[in-house]
Amino acid sequence: MLTMTGIGKSFFGVRVLSGVDLAVVPGEVHAIVGENGAGKSTLMKILAGVHAHDEGTIEIDGRRVSFGHPLEAQRAGVAIIYQEFNLLPERTVSENVFLGREPIRRGLVDRTAMDTATARLLAELGEDSFGPRQLVKRLSVAQQQVVEIVKALSLDARIVVMDEPTAALAEHEVELLYRLVRRLQERGIAVLYISHRLREVFDLSDHVTVIKDGRLVTTVATEDVTSEDLVRLMVGRDLNGYFPPRSTSVGETRLQVTGGGNDRLHDIDLKLNAGEIVGIAGLQGSGRSELAKALFGAEPFTRGEMTPVRPRSVREGIRAGVGLVTEDRKSEGLALRQSVRDNALLVTRAMGRGARRSGVRELLERVRLTPPREEQEVRYLSGGNQQKVVLAKWMTVAPKVLLFDEPTRGVDVGAKAAIHDLMRELAEDGVAIMMISSELPELIGMSDRIVVLREGRIAGTLPAGSSEEAVMSLAAGEVSS
Amino acid sequence: MKRALPILAVLAVLLAAIAIVNPFFLEPAGFLSFVRRAAPLVILAAGQYLVIVSGEFDLSVGSLVTVEVVVAARLIDGDEAATWPVLALLIVLGLFVGLVNGAVTTLLRVPSFITTLGMMLVLSGAVFLWTGGAPRGALSQAFRMFGRQTGWAVLTLVVVAVAAVLLMRANFGRTLIAIGDNERAAALSGVRVTRVRLIAFTLSGVSAAVAGILLGGFAGVSAQVGQGLEFQAITAVVLGGVVLGGGRGTVIAAMAGALTLEALFTLLNLYGVSGALKFTVQGVVLIAAVAAGAIRLPFLDAPKVKGDAHAVS
Repeated sequence: MLTMTGIGKSFFGVRVLSGVDLAVVPGEVHAIVGENGAGKSTLMKILAGVHAHDEGTIEIDGRRVSFGHPLEAQRAGVAIIYQEFNLLPERTVSENVFLGREPIRRGLVDRTAMDTATARLLAELGEDSFGPRQLVKRLSVAQQQVVEIVKALSLDARIVVMDEPTAALAEHEVELLYRLVRRLQERGIAVLYISHRLREVFDLSDHVTVIKDGRLVTTVATEDVTSEDLVRLMVGRDLNGYFPPRSTSVGETRLQVTGGGNDRLHDIDLKLNAGEIVGIAGLQGSGRSELAKALFGAEPFTRGEMTPVRPRSVREGIRAGVGLVTEDRKSEGLALRQSVRDNALLVTRAMGRGARRSGVRELLERVRLTPPREEQEVRYLSGGNQQKVVLAKWMTVAPKVLLFDEPTRGVDVGAKAAIHDLMRELAEDGVAIMMISSELPELIGMSDRIVVLREGRIAGTLPAGSSEEAVMSLAAGEVSS
Repeated sequence: MKRALPILAVLAVLLAAIAIVNPFFLEPAGFLSFVRRAAPLVILAAGQYLVIVSGEFDLSVGSLVTVEVVVAARLIDGDEAATWPVLALLIVLGLFVGLVNGAVTTLLRVPSFITTLGMMLVLSGAVFLWTGGAPRGALSQAFRMFGRQTGWAVLTLVVVAVAAVLLMRANFGRTLIAIGDNERAAALSGVRVTRVRLIAFTLSGVSAAVAGILLGGFAGVSAQVGQGLEFQAITAVVLGGVVLGGGRGTVIAAMAGALTLEALFTLLNLYGVSGALKFTVQGVVLIAAVAAGAIRLPFLDAPKVKGDAHAVS
């Protein structure tokens, strides 16, 4: 139903796509994988009419189309669901679904018709946790995703593009998304699924298209490949075993909490040792990020003992040698319009320590930023490179404890491996590392010890190499354990 | 520096246009007298820049300039001996007003637009009450020297400009811009957001005091001396390519913006355009500058790293 042939695109004379072919049939889930910067997003934006293509043809149902505007793509039945949703938080679900094309009756917006139509679509998707009149700001990320999908359905979309749909979802919400994708499939809708997470690709897709450096590598039936094959195709090399080897020696205790608590956390007993990576698992809302912020001093503990100090502010945390690589790089980690250098030096400058501009280059090489261009504004960097800048920022103050909150979310496979290596390297240099991750294979692959949180408390601690099932059952609080 | 280039180019064109109509402008005396005339606005723009780049506004500087001048005239009242103590007092007054603006904005969390608008009204009212509409007293000769004698005015300007540039290169300046760009990320990096903003507002107040001292000598004592200056300063900063909302633009460009605005006024004057049109021109410049910033030409700062283009969105 959709055929893209020989698609090429350049931005400002830089070629980002060339000769990419893609064919999709109704009711198919077609995964598109590739490193960040490979050109996946550009390809999808061409399909959605955001960018015009320079070369090649697009055919839908055998008819040649060319979209100059997203609305034209929408009319042709293409809907795209971005990582960041385009919903109005203060409006209801049905108002969002019908935004800009509200049914009119006697000169007024026909709310009843809107609500009825929205409720019908929600029911078809098997969604009963919220109704059409709910305000969008009261919905969870997963529910907002449902709204986006309902919107696509109400537009009679036949091709739905999902850009990293699970990036912001917790583990248990991913299941719901799977169900939604399958419902779309049953309706004969073709789903183009972009994801970094190979597990999802294998769980959902019928075909996989691999793109590397703006070129088509191959399109294969998912059942014919293994995840090692895909990784090799994406990065053009083997990433042996994915994760660096675990630590061999655990050093002295760098940070210890006993009975730590505040309004989100209770009875936290935790010890972080030099040379060790401690993984933190838990469902969304279990208090993982809150734990990191409490240890760091951004949302301090109000109860309990902590050594070397119980920080009451970020500055006290930093002075005690704690650094926090935040969950959301863009809103909490970086000043996006400032240069790589200014971001790297932000912490030293804030703490009033001598900021050596000369040391920046060395630092960027250490975090493997490529190319290590100090003048570049960080917003132009890929997710992986941005994360490396955040790391560089903390390395300037030689932290004793580094807390990572979802360090590889939205980061491509190559950069992910680099960040994992760096974390291990830092641990070997005697830094105590805590890592929060929703991605269980990563958590299990990296951690020397896994602490599972549930409802603001420590539900249990698991040894290195525990199974995903063991972690999940602790996190979800199943009775069997 | 790279980002200051467009405004420097515009400035050069305007200066050349002035020189064509008025060759005297090319002589040192002619040019320096232009610089002297522009000095108060350039100094105000430097102060306003600090506040704008951190994501705030300071609308109170125009009234503050008036207050400075009126207070100076009343306290000095022609007494030469009073000059230096009063000068010190004026600086402290500017500092204090800026500090109050900063404290209300950061600690009471009143948006700076409202805080400084309120301060503008409070100061205007206070001047009116205190003078009854007609300022009394007179400035001393020594006081007037700063605004009148080209050497002193230019020297003051150079000192302020150099200080501003150095300040922006120091830890204070870099963290100030980071706050304007992403306050939360700055705070989570250990930046003392409240303190840094407070200092920015205070320095804006001080810049208004210095501008007032120059203007008192240059323009004389009246209750209208600072009228509209806050908007001129904001226009100048925006003209320099500094983005409202913060995080972007350099202090050099902001000061160049002030010189450009002054050059534009001079040019209009030379061509015999009515002085009444000054506000209209300023309004057009303000809107045009923001519009030009909004449709920033992508190739000027497009990423050159292959494959990273998608990260822009």
